[in-house]
Amino acid sequence: MSASTLASPTSLTGAFTPEAFQAHLASLPPLPSWWLERKRAAYERFATLPLPARTDEAWRFSNLANLTLAGFAPASADLPPAANAADLPSSLGVRTAAKLVFANGRLLAQEPLPAELARRGVIVDTLSRALTTHGSLVREHLLAQPSRLGSAKFAALHEAFLADGAFIFVPPGVEIDQPIGVFSFALGAGTAVFPHTLVAAGDHSRATVIEYFSSPHDDEVQLAAGANDLYAGHGAQLCYVGKQDWGRRVLSFQANSTVVRRDARVQSLNLHLGARQARHESLSQLQAPGAFSEMLALTVAHDDQEFDQRTLQVHQAPNTKSDLLYKNALLDRARTIFSGLIIVDPDAQKTDAYQSNRNLMLSEQAEANSLPGLEIQANDVRCTHGATSSRIDPEQEFYLQSRGIAKAAADELLTFGFFEEVLNRLTNDDLHSALRTLIESKFRK
Amino acid sequence: MKSPVALDAPPPAELAEVAANPVAGIDQTKGDFQYDVAYEYDAGTGLSERTVDYISSVKKEASWIREFRQHALKVFRAKPLPTHWATRDLENINFDRIRYYLASGQKPKRTWDEVPEDIKKTFERLGIPEQERKYLAGVEAQFDSEAAYSNIKEIVAKQGVVFVNSTEGLREHPDLFRPWFGRVIPTSDNKFSALNSATFSGGSFIYVPKGVKVAQPLQAYFRINAENFGQFERTLIIADEGAEVTYMEGCTAPKFSTATLHSAVVELVALKGAKIQYITVQNWANNVFNLVTKRGIAHEEAEIKWIDCNIGSRLTMKYPGVVLKGRKARGEVISIALANDGQHQDTGAKMIHAADETTSNIVAKSISVGQGRSTYRGVVHIPKRLRRCKNNTECDALLINTNSRTDTYPAITVRGDRNYVQHEASVSKVNEEMIFYMQQRGLTEGQAMSLAVNGFINDLARQFPMEYSVELKRLIDLEMEGSVG
Repeated sequence: MSASTLASPTSLTGAFTPEAFQAHLASLPPLPSWWLERKRAAYERFATLPLPARTDEAWRFSNLANLTLAGFAPASADLPPAANAADLPSSLGVRTAAKLVFANGRLLAQEPLPAELARRGVIVDTLSRALTTHGSLVREHLLAQPSRLGSAKFAALHEAFLADGAFIFVPPGVEIDQPIGVFSFALGAGTAVFPHTLVAAGDHSRATVIEYFSSPHDDEVQLAAGANDLYAGHGAQLCYVGKQDWGRRVLSFQANSTVVRRDARVQSLNLHLGARQARHESLSQLQAPGAFSEMLALTVAHDDQEFDQRTLQVHQAPNTKSDLLYKNALLDRARTIFSGLIIVDPDAQKTDAYQSNRNLMLSEQAEANSLPGLEIQANDVRCTHGATSSRIDPEQEFYLQSRGIAKAAADELLTFGFFEEVLNRLTNDDLHSALRTLIESKFRK
Repeated sequence: MKSPVALDAPPPAELAEVAANPVAGIDQTKGDFQYDVAYEYDAGTGLSERTVDYISSVKKEASWIREFRQHALKVFRAKPLPTHWATRDLENINFDRIRYYLASGQKPKRTWDEVPEDIKKTFERLGIPEQERKYLAGVEAQFDSEAAYSNIKEIVAKQGVVFVNSTEGLREHPDLFRPWFGRVIPTSDNKFSALNSATFSGGSFIYVPKGVKVAQPLQAYFRINAENFGQFERTLIIADEGAEVTYMEGCTAPKFSTATLHSAVVELVALKGAKIQYITVQNWANNVFNLVTKRGIAHEEAEIKWIDCNIGSRLTMKYPGVVLKGRKARGEVISIALANDGQHQDTGAKMIHAADETTSNIVAKSISVGQGRSTYRGVVHIPKRLRRCKNNTECDALLINTNSRTDTYPAITVRGDRNYVQHEASVSKVNEEMIFYMQQRGLTEGQAMSLAVNGFINDLARQFPMEYSVELKRLIDLEMEGSVG
């Protein structure tokens, strides 16, 4: 055995040893064989893939020094005694059609669907139950898309240790006005959580899903390796909002995948507030003509936080459209990385793709990195991208001051105005104001 | 024919003593533009400590240069190919089959009649003046590794300008050049800068004294005229306080059946208030790997402008950069790239801001024809505690055919809240209505396409000196032929 293989097992797996994986499997109810196989294969991949290295282009500018897997343990099946649904903040500030509340990857509370929607076949349930009740649907969509943005190791970790998550199915033609809420809480120091949400929107259906990630105790060291799968069938309209508000010492990885079919439209908005270091990967695949993916993100980065956002818009069919707008506000010594790529496949003529990253620099020490990329292999396309990094526009500041508004108040107004451009894209007004409140509260902290 | 000086043989006493030998003539059977030449100095194929020593001995270099070369060779060997971000086409370079140094020291003796017809035609269509055609065809002056320079040298010498080749520069004027040599682009900057540092020959070393404004552009043409023979020219231009100079570099290369490597290092130093403009029109043959490192340092209120146009080569990787070291320094890169079938133009710019109130501007336009691939790569870096720095970057790509390809990979880092950076890129095709309108006025589709492409780069082409801009336009017309229909 060479020195490198001797050294590798613990450094490559950290706390997630083969024994920990066996213990995790033992804690689960009997699994369908395909899923058990997938989990075992995922663990193999996780244990053999190297940690990101300095020369990995997919990790350019990322802080790799703190990407350690040591010191964490998968949450046990028993919840800490403190876990009580009533104690956890489970209001999104908007009325919801149904709710699932997870703590440490186990279902803690549930607010069922109205009878009318349940009767029409809408399902809002746990993944663990759906594995038996809707096995083929789960199998079709669960982590079915490739990990193309650099976090294959953490995606494999997620798949291997995924205990439970949300399963949402909207049958063809069914439209749901009120959002469906999914809460994921991480409790206890050293806990590792693996939240997952799968949304399959049938042809011509319409739904909104809001996901909320939070650590009730802000100062516990935790690891989150989450993922979601969004699938929009023909003509479906899906809106997804993810609010990441993990504790300030959390290391977070999140890999989101969106598949958009013919004439479907998916709007996703990710709000990044929490964690010490958070990497967020978003893959959008536009698979059939008329598909449209709108990708939005807002980040408020303060203290020493690092937000590392990687996106990929893949135009796989002609006449598809994508529109990305990621806005970061940077305070203190915070760092952000935006790395976006638009790929237009050779036959995807008439693609209309847009990508924009705006960084608002609010401190002398903050650092913003932008890597807006294009790979275009068709000629009849309209692809543009833009990236800007700057402070508040002095002219706008001056204008407000000349109207008698103090400088501090003017800066705050202009900063909130910076976020409004993204929030205005939401059609649900209640959601809009709930998100605005959440951002403003972090901003005023 | 005189046999080449063997690697083992001691270096000859005096380069000038070498008698000029008649060349064997032209191999016209292949239709290639190549002269069969007996080289007086030939380092052989492959790269080793002995090759590097041989080059150093032939050039009678000081021991510090010899050590510099040997160290660079170690760095070159230690560094991997940058294929974790760059194209894997680099793996097709066989470093063992390249000849790293050839020099004849003789003046070519051949007549215009000996130049192959197709080359003459190309020159004619490019509108190159008769005198210059001879020069380009190798009929006059310039030859391979040893850069030549015209009588302009004497004219500028009256102003105190030193304009010499790299060997002479380091040997005769170490006080001027040694302080900056290898300081703008360190040997270890990248694998190919290390290769150049080990094997460099040719290139221009220029020093412009304080306050001197050189009226006419200085220029040197480089030609590759041997199979498997890499050019590793080394250029260092220093503009002292308040000086101004424009340098033009034109490259043409004959067609060869096996790949050749061209790996230059160009360093520019603009001291306080100086201005340097460096213009390149690159039109290597389609089998040349053109892997070039170009960087300038701009001191207080100095200005460095790279105008870079890439039309030829199989693979070009070139990202001219400016380190904005002094307050109010300014950097600019104007880049035009045209990639046709079998070509990959991987070009861009680097702007490293290192002082307050520095500004930089990058405008890049690329055209992909047929299966050509053009890539923009850029770095803009504004570190902490700097104030009122500005960068503007625009890249536009034009795709001509359905299977053309373009990529854009900028990297922008900004620290602090006192700076302003914006980047924009767009990808489009030629407007069909525009083409239709021109056809309706009696132009063929090809002519219309050529006009449209020339229109696309017109605002950049205008910044070239007039002869270059005319030549560029004609080159584009040539490239656009047969791209439609």
